[in-house]
Amino acid sequence: MIASDISPLASRLSSGAHTRAVTDPFHGDLLEVSMGPHHPSTHGVFRMQVTLDGETIVKLKPVFGYLHRNHEKLGESTSYLGSMPYTDRLDYLNSMTNNWAYALAVEQLAGQPVPERAEYLRVILAELTRLLNHTCLAGFLLQDCGCSGTPLMYAFREREKILDLFEALSGSRMMCNFQRFGGCRTDASPEWLAAAKQLTDGYGAFLDEYERLITGNEILMARTQGVGALKPDLAISAGITGPMLRATGVDYDLRKVDGYGFYPRFEFRVPLGDHGDTYDRYMIRVLEMRESIKIIQQAFATLPAGPVMDPKAKLRGFRPKPGEAYGRIEGPRGEIGFYLVSDGTPNPYRYRVRPPSFVNLTLLEDLCLGHTVADAVIILGSIDIVLGEVDR
Amino acid sequence: MNADSILERGPLLVRDWLVSFLPEPARWLAGSLLAITAVIVAFASLFALLTLIERKVLARVQNRPGPNRVGIPLTKIRLFGLGQPLADGIKMLTKEDIVPRSADRVLHFLAPVALLAFAILTFAVIPFGRHLVPVELEAGVLYFFAAGAATELAVFMAGWASRNKYSLLAAMRALAQLISYELPLLLSVVPVVMLAGTLSTTGIVERQGGWTFGLLPQWHVFTPWGAAGFAIFFVAALAESNRSPFDLPEAESELIAGHLTEYSGFKYALFFMAEYFGMCALCGMGVTLFLGGWQAPLSFLAFIPSYIWFGAKLMTLLLAFMWVRATLPRLRIDQLTRLAWKFLVPLALVNLGVAAFWSLSADWTGAVRLTRWLIAAMLLAGPFVLLGRKLTAGLAPRIYRYAT
Repeated sequence: MIASDISPLASRLSSGAHTRAVTDPFHGDLLEVSMGPHHPSTHGVFRMQVTLDGETIVKLKPVFGYLHRNHEKLGESTSYLGSMPYTDRLDYLNSMTNNWAYALAVEQLAGQPVPERAEYLRVILAELTRLLNHTCLAGFLLQDCGCSGTPLMYAFREREKILDLFEALSGSRMMCNFQRFGGCRTDASPEWLAAAKQLTDGYGAFLDEYERLITGNEILMARTQGVGALKPDLAISAGITGPMLRATGVDYDLRKVDGYGFYPRFEFRVPLGDHGDTYDRYMIRVLEMRESIKIIQQAFATLPAGPVMDPKAKLRGFRPKPGEAYGRIEGPRGEIGFYLVSDGTPNPYRYRVRPPSFVNLTLLEDLCLGHTVADAVIILGSIDIVLGEVDR
Repeated sequence: MNADSILERGPLLVRDWLVSFLPEPARWLAGSLLAITAVIVAFASLFALLTLIERKVLARVQNRPGPNRVGIPLTKIRLFGLGQPLADGIKMLTKEDIVPRSADRVLHFLAPVALLAFAILTFAVIPFGRHLVPVELEAGVLYFFAAGAATELAVFMAGWASRNKYSLLAAMRALAQLISYELPLLLSVVPVVMLAGTLSTTGIVERQGGWTFGLLPQWHVFTPWGAAGFAIFFVAALAESNRSPFDLPEAESELIAGHLTEYSGFKYALFFMAEYFGMCALCGMGVTLFLGGWQAPLSFLAFIPSYIWFGAKLMTLLLAFMWVRATLPRLRIDQLTRLAWKFLVPLALVNLGVAAFWSLSADWTGAVRLTRWLIAAMLLAGPFVLLGRKLTAGLAPRIYRYAT
């Protein structure tokens, strides 16, 4: 079952897709195009070395590393707390979830408990981040489809509101640096909570508006349905996580599987796709946003009072006992995890990030073969990558 | 309405007065040159205005103000950003003109010039008003589409001469698009020519004169075949002028800027200008063929000069073009050609039959007149539904399940 998926081109050819092998002497002239790193829709400095037969892709080589900045080595030469702001720069759209995953790993390493209010705040912020990320993705994806900015502008209007909330709470729109080992950096004021609640309550209306705007459009359906379809077994064997995996119909959501934080206390559903194509990947994210709204509303309804920081937590001179820990959460793009090995010194001995978009990106060629350049752009868009995280 | 009122003949009187200063043999030439100058100046300033209007319209759709900073230079008067086109023009003129080292220099230079020339040529036969048609041609419609089709050649020249892979892909797309959409565009016009019995644009507009019940206009778009023809014409015109959702040669998110990738400075501005000119010309033709040209929409409004009505209709169509652009995603090249060959062309052929029926049943009167409408509408609606179903087969919104 999995053996046939290891050779993507061979399986494509046997499945009758209209591609010819590159080695076929009758393929005629092939065109090699280097898409990126400065291309409008590679979402940063990403490069696709594509070989085209007409406009059909017969070979695609992803090239990345243009944004490599030695993140993991930096983490090993910095104190545990010193790495926290750096995690913001991994997936720079979703700094809150990066912070949480890193804090979770360190807390596991040091056996550090977290107060209840802080866990609630973390859930609220993580779900707001999910709203933020999926909203952005919906906008970007439709922009890649060729909409002249209208869906993107609609999406960014809402994104700004969430970023305003983040700024009010953490002092920064995108580089939040908010979580600490044993809690959160500051407490949310009643005014902030009221503003966040108002935003969440209005978000469903925005999603309705957005879906009315474009989701039922025939051109969009023609462009995305059946494009870049991913089989569940291939997705599993490649380690795909997040909405991209759930779009193939695999029920795997760390919020349910691990039950980290206080997620088991909240009522929410996990939407699943059946085709694994670009349309499913888009729709799953829209549906996930609706579930996120529910989670946040429940969290607001039951938010307990109390401290947001464990009084015994030690930030300065923090030296965990020797050992190792892997903390992972369900980030908006998939499983974001941090693996830490401590040797008892103030710096981690090993610091390793498991970036979801890097792992999800590995399947790009399999998804794109047999499709056109135009499809490759939206398939890449639907994988949802951030180069800060891919290149680290 | 008095066809010879002073307002109606105004532009002609000005021309004759100016020409009267010249000796008799030079008058014809000078008159033509004046007409050409007037058309170019009018549409060049309309182009400047349209760039601003388009940005404003897009901005309005997208919940943002749009350009509103540049007004009158050296003052604080902003005038809703009316100075923006001027600023853009100055910027474009002062940009460096870059020609890639391996480009075909001659073709690279010729492409924008050719594109603009062909785009301007098409204006020659459009009747802008009752007496205002630059060149009175017997086969005006034919000439228009011949000149219009040549613009795609210039796009191909640009793509080929740039020696850029994206440009080359764009050139391939442009040719596929030209071949696909030229056909429905022409076929949608054939019924008009059939029923008007003339290829002359002024003749077609005059045929659409007269009033039903002394009030309502008798434009072609108000007949079943005219409405269908106009719809096909509109879609094909969008494709012909490379506008969204058919902007494949330029597809920004895929091909960077397509055939424009290697152009900068004023050559780039020329491409832009040609695109808008082409759009204006096609919209003008659409107005002429289907929307009654310079005829007034209601009989009691006929006192307003005809060229104002033409301008109003032209602007309405242009605004519709911009409105379509604001939201729709772009088609893929195979979907684009499929839409043309499997939907628009068959529908246009059916429309031809409907027009023939309409022409044969012209002498039906009374209650039978209503059946004529019904039959024509049904003849069109059936194929429309069937072809449309086939085109969108397998596409549907999906219902999603949730993990238990």
